[in-house]
Amino acid sequence: MTQRIFVPRDASAVSVGAERVCRTIENEARNRGLDVEIVRNGSRGLYWLEPLIEVEIDGQRIAYGPVNPEDVPGLFEAGWLQGGTHALCHGPSEEIPYLKRQTRLIFARMGVTDPLSLEDYRAHGGFKGLERALDMKAEDIVDAIDTGGLRGRGGAGFPTGIKWRTVMNAGGGQKYIVCNADEGDSGTFSDRMLMEGDPFCLIEGMIIAGLAVGADTGYIYLRSEYPDAWDVLEDAIVTATREGILGANVLGSGRGFELNLFKGAGAYVCGEETSLLESIEGKRGLVRAKPPLPALQGLFGQPTVVNNVITLASVPWILAHGGEAYKAHGSGRSRGTLPFQLAGNLKQPGLVEVAFGMTLRELLYDFGGGSASGRPIRAVQVGGPLGAYLPESRFDLPLDYEAFAAVGATVGHGGIVAFDDSVDMAKMARYAMEFCAIESCGKCTPCRIGSVRGVELLDSMLAARPQHSNDDTLLRDLCQTMLEGSLCAMGGMTPYPVLSALDHYPEDFGLSPKQEEAST
Amino acid sequence: MSSTNQADLLPALHRLQEKFGYIPDHAIAELAKAHNMAQAEVVGVIGFYHDFRRTPPGRQRLRICRAESCQAMGADALALHASTQLGVEFGATTADGEVTLEAAYCLGNCACSPAVMLDDELHGRVSAERLDAMLAEGRGV
Ligand SMILES: Cc1cc2nc3c(=O)[nH]c(=O)nc-3n(C[C@H](O)[C@H](O)[C@H](O)COP(=O)(O)O)c2cc1C
Ligand code: SF4
Ligand code: FES
Repeated sequence: MTQRIFVPRDASAVSVGAERVCRTIENEARNRGLDVEIVRNGSRGLYWLEPLIEVEIDGQRIAYGPVNPEDVPGLFEAGWLQGGTHALCHGPSEEIPYLKRQTRLIFARMGVTDPLSLEDYRAHGGFKGLERALDMKAEDIVDAIDTGGLRGRGGAGFPTGIKWRTVMNAGGGQKYIVCNADEGDSGTFSDRMLMEGDPFCLIEGMIIAGLAVGADTGYIYLRSEYPDAWDVLEDAIVTATREGILGANVLGSGRGFELNLFKGAGAYVCGEETSLLESIEGKRGLVRAKPPLPALQGLFGQPTVVNNVITLASVPWILAHGGEAYKAHGSGRSRGTLPFQLAGNLKQPGLVEVAFGMTLRELLYDFGGGSASGRPIRAVQVGGPLGAYLPESRFDLPLDYEAFAAVGATVGHGGIVAFDDSVDMAKMARYAMEFCAIESCGKCTPCRIGSVRGVELLDSMLAARPQHSNDDTLLRDLCQTMLEGSLCAMGGMTPYPVLSALDHYPEDFGLSPKQEEAST
Repeated sequence: MSSTNQADLLPALHRLQEKFGYIPDHAIAELAKAHNMAQAEVVGVIGFYHDFRRTPPGRQRLRICRAESCQAMGADALALHASTQLGVEFGATTADGEVTLEAAYCLGNCACSPAVMLDDELHGRVSAERLDAMLAEGRGV
């Protein structure tokens, strides 16, 4: 009987050698005359174990990792196809605590299926949501999303149902669904994983969005840094079109939905929704003033839904299981689950989908396993490059949009980046300003000039640090100007990492004793 | 470049860059005509996006992630190593035209930081030694 071995095709897994491991397994199996079929799945998201190889024995998948090509002969010697013991064996994949303790709703298929197999997708619950939606009135689809309490996963946390309702009610002309797959936030990779590991889920979510608001055309704006995701999506769109899922007659319903892939060109600010729309229109990615809202005048001036990958990928589950079932997870006004991304200096970085409400400490230690370096975790940045730095005293904060906002922080796209005690927070503050200076679209002065001024200020503070005579008044004033006077969150939130670094780690800034005292 | 619509400009620029490695000057006028734009507008669009370049790149493009997660795992030291080893600043190409060194701000490989991309190939958990080996391999040494 042919035995199945799963070797991830996920870009991150391949970046640490999955492709070479795959070839080595093929060769070894051939030389030993063994009958194996290699399935290229997505990643389970247990990245510290990648390349994580799974062997299927009597319908159960046994995990081995991290597997290097040199380990492969030994694994065959140990009889891994019969469940033989080996130092790299972690037992049944589903029983690994990191995975078992998660609530995988949106990432349920991740790493389980062959991303490009429609058969796999269907066998694991795919298209149930779309089939339901095709039998529903548009209002009822939007109601289901409303009931579920789904909020935008791209960063701002805006209620998705409200956005959809606005577009639904915006008359009967041409409308668009635009998927924001720019995933520019450092420390985040859930969009990439989903597109590479479960592309039909995104496609299904976009079609449902189209049905809800009356749009027959969609765009996926994908950052150019993700060539593998591009290839997978391209394949998935071809397959879905061939199988009558996309195109003029979605699942034989008579409703149409056409999907286009659009490649970004390396501008962080194009993740901002109006800059993104300008970019698709072939222009410089200058942020548009709002109003008008993109929901009313978006792409090519038409009513447009712009949603993040994970927002759209959450839609099929909600339609398949109902808004109430989704809402049952979460805390406060943050309903459902979020695929958090553990990154930076952690022993066990990876993807952790759990309900809102878990504390940062649980994620960092119970899942993340503490720092990779073995030194204390000193600072954690949550929510990408525009997110605040949080010290240990904030680790018991529940991950919840409101709880974070209350302390001037943001959950954002769910990226969590840990730093050990070797981090220099004044340098991180400088980096935040520098990043803003590099990526500013240039439309407004507080952001364009302010960020450059911020870099200069921090440079002089860094230079004068040994004298302990620094004064942070100018830097704080500048941050205030950026906070209040910027047109979008690029300039408007860059002060978050800067001010939080100043507030929580004043000792890194070489402040005068008087100032240092005042700030603690 | 058959379209007359500005909305096809970015795809056209990507195609050109894929073919030549950069956007050659002689293409600007054609692009402007094909997309119903002024040449200055085309140049403005090209200039806005970090991906597009107006001069030929090195034979290989090495992008080192300099964003937070990779910084937390030693990316600054790796960047310094690359720059010293290659003898170029970020944004520049080695004298022999082999490698263009660029900064990236997150490659989506943060769970395997520090990350680099050599042409379109992503690498994770990159040490200085591994970077040297990759570059040597790329040079056919
Ligand atoms: C500078 C900047 C960058 C952004 N980058 C992204 C991004 O990469 N991906 C994303 O989904 N949203 C990003 N956003 C948020 C979008 O503007 C927008 O809120 C989001 O796409 C809406 O979708 P959602 O409601 O599903 O989150 C960014 C915002 C700003 C200000
Ligand atoms: S805040 Fe910065 S990125 Fe946003 S519109 Fe102003 S200049 Fe552009
Ligand atoms: S921060 Fe370097 S890959 Fe994301």
